[in-house]
Amino acid sequence: MKKNTWVNLGFQVGALILALLITTLILVAVGAPPLKTYASIVSGAFGSKDDVLEVLITWSPLLLTTAGVLVTFAAGLWNIGVEGQMVLGSIFTTWVLRLLQNSQVPPALIIVLGILGGVIGGALWAALAGALKTFGGVNEIFGGLGLNFVATALTIYLVFGPWKRPGVASMSGTQPFPESLWLPTLPKTELSLWALGISVLVIVIVYFLLRGTHLGLRLKAVGKNPKAAFLMGIPTWQYSMFAFLLCGAFVGLSGAIQVVSVYHRLLPNISNGYGFLGLLVAMLINYQALWAAPIAFIFAALNIGGVQLQIIYKLSSSFAGAFQDLLVLMVLIGEGARQRFLGKG
Amino acid sequence: MNVELKDIHKTFGAVRANVGINLAIPAGTIQGILGENGAGKSTLMKILSGFIRADRGEIILDGHPVVIRSPADAIRHGVGMLHQDPLDIPPLRVIDNFILGREGGLLPGEKEAGRDFERLAEQFSFSLDREAYVDSLTVGERQQLEILRLIWLGARVLIFDEPTTGISAAQKEKLFAALRLLAEQGKTVLFVSHKLEDVEGLCHRVAVLRQGVLVGEAKPPYTTKQLVEMMFGKTISIGDRNPCGSSDVTLRLQKLAVEDYRLKVQDVTLDVHCGEVIGLAGMEGSGQALFLRATAGLIRAVGGRIELGGHDLTGRNYQIFKKHGVAFLPASRLEEGLIPGLNLTEHFILAEEPEGFFINWEKGRKLAQRRITDFNVRGTPANTVESLSGGNQQRALLALLREPLHLLLLEHPTRGLDIESTIYIWSKLKERCQQGTSILFMSSDLEEILQYSDRVLVFFSGRVTPSLEAATLTTEKLGELIGGSGWTELASGKNA
Repeated sequence: MKKNTWVNLGFQVGALILALLITTLILVAVGAPPLKTYASIVSGAFGSKDDVLEVLITWSPLLLTTAGVLVTFAAGLWNIGVEGQMVLGSIFTTWVLRLLQNSQVPPALIIVLGILGGVIGGALWAALAGALKTFGGVNEIFGGLGLNFVATALTIYLVFGPWKRPGVASMSGTQPFPESLWLPTLPKTELSLWALGISVLVIVIVYFLLRGTHLGLRLKAVGKNPKAAFLMGIPTWQYSMFAFLLCGAFVGLSGAIQVVSVYHRLLPNISNGYGFLGLLVAMLINYQALWAAPIAFIFAALNIGGVQLQIIYKLSSSFAGAFQDLLVLMVLIGEGARQRFLGKG
Repeated sequence: MNVELKDIHKTFGAVRANVGINLAIPAGTIQGILGENGAGKSTLMKILSGFIRADRGEIILDGHPVVIRSPADAIRHGVGMLHQDPLDIPPLRVIDNFILGREGGLLPGEKEAGRDFERLAEQFSFSLDREAYVDSLTVGERQQLEILRLIWLGARVLIFDEPTTGISAAQKEKLFAALRLLAEQGKTVLFVSHKLEDVEGLCHRVAVLRQGVLVGEAKPPYTTKQLVEMMFGKTISIGDRNPCGSSDVTLRLQKLAVEDYRLKVQDVTLDVHCGEVIGLAGMEGSGQALFLRATAGLIRAVGGRIELGGHDLTGRNYQIFKKHGVAFLPASRLEEGLIPGLNLTEHFILAEEPEGFFINWEKGRKLAQRRITDFNVRGTPANTVESLSGGNQQRALLALLREPLHLLLLEHPTRGLDIESTIYIWSKLKERCQQGTSILFMSSDLEEILQYSDRVLVFFSGRVTPSLEAATLTTEKLGELIGGSGWTELASGKNA
């Protein structure tokens, strides 16, 4: 057991080194100084107090999408539709806020209702992918992919159509909500402890759900062998559906937080790719919820640290993304190699 | 080729599959490898044929130590293996499969290969059509193809893993003749089996494995008792029929009809009494599997009535059947019965009614440990199910059943298991019967059907006999019915 843990760690460190090596080669090829680039990513993420706050702000939605896909992965589902589910969360939250912003309802309650709306929106969109799979025989990967496009189209329609800003519609989104409808933040910063707290709470819930509850164990059973799970008396499609709903709820929550705590409006691309990034984090941590928090944090840091590369080295800001992708790829390859050479377990 | 295995060790996690095995086999020998399921036979053979690497130890071929890294590597060294499930490619023609795996050359060289194929087939008197598609061959014919292919590739050591499972008696004769011919040609044959009769009738010498250790070797004349003692470390006797019928009806079927896209089973009327065992006989695909799944609620009957303990369950689903005390054990243990990736504790927790929201792991582990001991499963609560051998997986499946049960439905309960496991499984099933559980099981082993059933239903392309008293049947009679003859006498009222 002990020895195995060290060997596994060795493979993971090896994968990290390999990913670094390849990104270094890419940097050399495009003529950027590798060490300085890495240094500027680190300083971009942790150089100042503002940078660290920025990382924390990014961490929260990413943690939520990771938590969501951990549930669907446990049930053996490739919920590619996570991106669209997050968008629908944002749309529903915006909708609720728009409906109530000029009413007599106290602002705190509006925020709570808005967040609930987001949760429901995400869950409904996920349920749609689930229903397509269960009743229509559409693989969740294709269903989810299609629904992602629909979600994006819906956002653009709303931003440029019924919900456009008075005067001129633009890619910068709908009219921002009044500050009374913002989640309270730490003084003089944009960091909301509420958003952070909720996200950490959710990942803790998912950890215990998958590790120590009958519900979690049954989800895993359905994920690993639906036929045997069915014969054991577990209603399989209901559990798959439940996994979709729960994932959609967490991811919708993440979309809601983007609205009430980060952007304060609906804009195209409000999900920022955090849904897909959550899938990457889940794969990187080998579906172990315990590691979600630190790895999601590092990914958030890479995202923030990578932003300024464009200004300094004229590198695309997606460079950090390329590193993230390579890392996941190398870890998956490393895992394959480990099983190949050392046997399972 | 002379084969020598020296101090071979292999462990899988906590399971010690091979422990310091030493075995020398001279060329021209048919060497039997005997042992119960999970004794380490397959592991040893897979090491010799390059499918897995030993942790420690040496393989010496004709005096030269070799390192075998893969099956392709093994065949380069002249070692070929026939697996229990043929590893051919069914959608291809016989000749394509024959050519596959040969090294070098961009063009297959079909003409020349075809000539070689015919020559080799004639040598072994195999009648194989080289243009036929492999899907259309029987298991025995696929074996013949594989033998020819391996010899053509230059195999001088041939390993046969349980080759007599699933082939007809005539094909077995042919196979044995081929093996004897191979030995006469100076090739080395390793014959892996748990069937004493086959080993005794064929092998020049026998090595017996038990729990990963080579416990002994024997030469003819063999005594069965001695071999059994080496295999199991004790003598065992086959249990006998145990009629414990009672007048209560567990399952009542009235004119039940089931069908799928190619088969119709009609008008089955049957009362199954408390504690009774009903055997379902028939060739694979004659309707017995369909019938069994219908009585579990897994397939909806198209006509008739199903009553369980007085409740009408016609048209209800499996979940309802299960609530009424029905359990179904599928033949494919890892595909439908168990969940690879989860350990035994997790299985036992899943199989029980959940108490509360959180899992009590300590309680689960204790339950798993107790049942593992009760059912003599070789493994620990932390073992994943795929790390267990076939016999132990079957015991685990039985151990997972809840109590009490009214009706237990089994597909091939002992397929692929050795004598000891078979006897053990049936002793556990009979215990269930004592407690009042009724059993319906299908099997292709006629002896098993006759030995353990109280009554028998025979299926032949969807037709079903009335229930026949097992005590009045013989294997010959049963064999005839399975093959479709003797049904007219039956209809005229005899034996019903």
